[in-house]
Amino acid sequence: MTSADTNGRKVAPWLAAYSAMVYAFLYLPILVLVIYSFNGQGIGGFPPRGWTLNWYSILFADAGLWSTVLNSLLVAIAGVGISIGLGLPAALALDRTGFPGKAIFRRIVLLPLILPGIITGLSLLMFFVAAGMKLSLRTIVLGHGTALISVATTEIFAGLQKLDRAQEEASLDLGANHWKTFCRVTLPNLRVSIIAAALLIFTLSMDEIAVSFFLIGRENTLPLEIWSRLRRGITPELNAISTLILLFSIALIVLWYRLRTRTERGSQTAPALTPAGM
Amino acid sequence: MSMYTRAYKAAVAVPPLLWVVVFLLLPYSILFCYSFWSVSPLQVIVHSWNFDNYRELLHNPIYALVLFRSMRIATTVTLLALALGYPLAYCLSFFATKRKDLLYQLVIIPLWVSYLVRGYAWKTILGSDGVLNGFLQYFHLTRHPVEFFLYSPFAVILTLTHIYTPFTFLPIYASLEHIPRNLVEASHDLGASPFKTFWRVVFPLSIPGVLAGATFAFVLTLGDFLAPLLVGGPSGIMISNIVVSLFGAAYNWPLGAAISLCMLLLVVGLLTAVERLEKKLSYS
Amino acid sequence: MTPLLSIRSLIKRFGDREVLRGVSLDVASGEFLTILGESGSGKTTLLRMIAGFEQPDSGEIWMDNERLERLPAYQRPVNTVFQSYALFPHLSVRENVAYGLRAQGAARAEIHARVEQALAMVKMSELARQAPARLSGGQQQRVALARALVNRPKLLLLDEPLSALDANLRRQMQTELKSLQREVGITFLFVTHDQEEAMALSDRIALLRAGGLEQVATPREIYNRPETAYVAQFIGQTNILRAEIGGGVACAGSIAWRCGGSANSDGAPALFSLRPESIRLASAAGTSSPSGDAVRFRARVVTQTFGGASDLLEIVCPDGQALRARVLSGDMLEGEQRFEFDLRDAVAVRATGSGAPFAGALSADKGPAQ
Repeated sequence: MTSADTNGRKVAPWLAAYSAMVYAFLYLPILVLVIYSFNGQGIGGFPPRGWTLNWYSILFADAGLWSTVLNSLLVAIAGVGISIGLGLPAALALDRTGFPGKAIFRRIVLLPLILPGIITGLSLLMFFVAAGMKLSLRTIVLGHGTALISVATTEIFAGLQKLDRAQEEASLDLGANHWKTFCRVTLPNLRVSIIAAALLIFTLSMDEIAVSFFLIGRENTLPLEIWSRLRRGITPELNAISTLILLFSIALIVLWYRLRTRTERGSQTAPALTPAGM
Repeated sequence: MSMYTRAYKAAVAVPPLLWVVVFLLLPYSILFCYSFWSVSPLQVIVHSWNFDNYRELLHNPIYALVLFRSMRIATTVTLLALALGYPLAYCLSFFATKRKDLLYQLVIIPLWVSYLVRGYAWKTILGSDGVLNGFLQYFHLTRHPVEFFLYSPFAVILTLTHIYTPFTFLPIYASLEHIPRNLVEASHDLGASPFKTFWRVVFPLSIPGVLAGATFAFVLTLGDFLAPLLVGGPSGIMISNIVVSLFGAAYNWPLGAAISLCMLLLVVGLLTAVERLEKKLSYS
Repeated sequence: MTPLLSIRSLIKRFGDREVLRGVSLDVASGEFLTILGESGSGKTTLLRMIAGFEQPDSGEIWMDNERLERLPAYQRPVNTVFQSYALFPHLSVRENVAYGLRAQGAARAEIHARVEQALAMVKMSELARQAPARLSGGQQQRVALARALVNRPKLLLLDEPLSALDANLRRQMQTELKSLQREVGITFLFVTHDQEEAMALSDRIALLRAGGLEQVATPREIYNRPETAYVAQFIGQTNILRAEIGGGVACAGSIAWRCGGSANSDGAPALFSLRPESIRLASAAGTSSPSGDAVRFRARVVTQTFGGASDLLEIVCPDGQALRARVLSGDMLEGEQRFEFDLRDAVAVRATGSGAPFAGALSADKGPAQ
């Protein structure tokens, strides 16, 4: 970062204070959550008293909850598989080729990104009913996979843009066909983008509620399990699981970010997850 | 483009296209069909085509009322999220030197922390026994718990603003980062003060990002049903909650489908309009 | 005569690297002064400090009895033409040019008149409504120029404005730029790494090396009387002869000539700069005594490259010394030939890096103080 970027201009104090306030607003509830997961008196009340790990021990003993964690993991992994398996070719199609209807294709693929989850969820529900499929984890997998293709496409597309096209041309020039070029040149270069996309999709799938809400059968995913318990009443145990989810998410996202920016050494533009970028 | 054979094009475009047709277009079409059907008193869906659902939506005032409230909430949330997100993005993009990366990560971390977790957090803070009330009473600022914090449109707006501020931040930050810094220098060089520079150069060039962020926030808030269920209470119901109950206890799938279709068309219409606007404003 | 701009001992560090090592320079009103240097020499940093985009770590910048470095960029009577033009993409050409005047609150009628005048001056009146993205590089450059000049600054800074243009366009723009400067009479401070450009355009050249000024002089002087080996090699082509001096004779390998100077105190060889075009084929053999002050020597021709009006020869002396000579185009030469040069064309130069950084102050009437 050269001095030219800020020219040594100092930030106006009010702007710095305002920004700090925004950060505080963003993190306040999270901090409260974490702190109160150790609160002896449970949720509410002020100030927190009686430090305890009680809620965590209750949490770890709760077998029902952990089976839903397992469900979520399975769904997330399968969801990653579908999203990337379809998002990768979609990104290639959008980045490299031109064909009639490409603009419409792009819009449709990216639609679930911005459409409220309820619409996608309901539509899929009606689809499964019409197709005679019973609701189960399988339908949730299909729902997540479909909704998250757009995330995979966006991430991998961004990675493709940074690829050196000349490498592929060289490969073709030297006699390798498209498939070999893809395996030996394109894919290795995309490795970081794909892993980053996988991390992101995994996290989103673990947290997904809106679409899953309409597609669950007998087995719950973790967020839906938390949701149904919430309806019954708040317990500090939920603070504990929330804190754990928080830590887990932070780890994944930091990892994701590191991978992402590794492909942009020297660049200062951080990527944004919007269709506007395409 | 001639580098890519038709076989290649087919191989990359067809699988996702096929999937999307089967699992997106087809379901949307079914949604479309359902909206024209109705439900019999025996709770069976009757496939007779009619406009009854749409008539119901137009004539029964409750739908317009809730829709109007939803749009009001969505607008408020969008404006608040922009008011919080833009200055933060500007500060980070133009003034953060050493810890820019870290500060950026700090903004996106809440974004990917479970929606549920954050909604739940607000619930525990805003309740009558919650942290906020405890705090106020502890410092003798109030004597009794304040009721309207929770289970009100206020709570919904607060929660959704919290959720969608990072959403507005991201595209605004990206568009600000894209502005070549030498334009700012050129503006100063020509005699414009930092404020004038912001207003005449930086802000106009960041509008695409603002539009993208605002669209995200507005559309996703409008379709949100979780926050109202968590913290909204009866006065905080939004349009999607009606849809949810129509697919649940109230069991009227066709009517629910009709409302959903309207939302879908609204969203697509909005997106198209914004896209057109962005094209007009694009400068590069 | 007081200079328009007076830079005194500017020092700038980036991290632990000293980019400017105490630069001092005076710029006369109305002159076209070029700051010449390689990349990394600090020339752009120097320019940016005058414009106000960088702050010096120490030193002063004076303009009209005002300490410029204390003013923010938007309050300095200085305008810049950027290397990348930096035209505002969301404004039309006309709006770009009007920007500075509008920002300073000038009256609308005046803005209109001056903008039209500026556009006409750079021949961009017809494209006034265009968006910058649609213009070619040369056209953008003109707009950038008009945008800066319309404000009638006391000093115009140009940061390698022609480097992005192709060769022909570049030459054309050089001519236009020079005549423009004469016409408006504004002081131009021009930064470039292209020494031919510097020679063509400037009233004076300030050669910057590694953050310090090597020499400040008119193009002719800097070409004919370089002060250091670096200057001699940077500007045009030259041969550097390393000579031992003793007993009134300078001896560089197999070439020797009368020289009254004394040897260096540290015993290092004395350096002389000899331009290739100063070396010619020796006049018709016969006379054993050199005519006038011509120094003769033998060398073998290794390559002969056709160059239009002249040929460039690579020649090797018997002692192994390799030189370049530029002779009139003629027959192909082979083998050993006899060459000569005039004594006064061997210019004594200091070794690069010796001595303190040069302070290029203006003296009473003409050039830099020695």
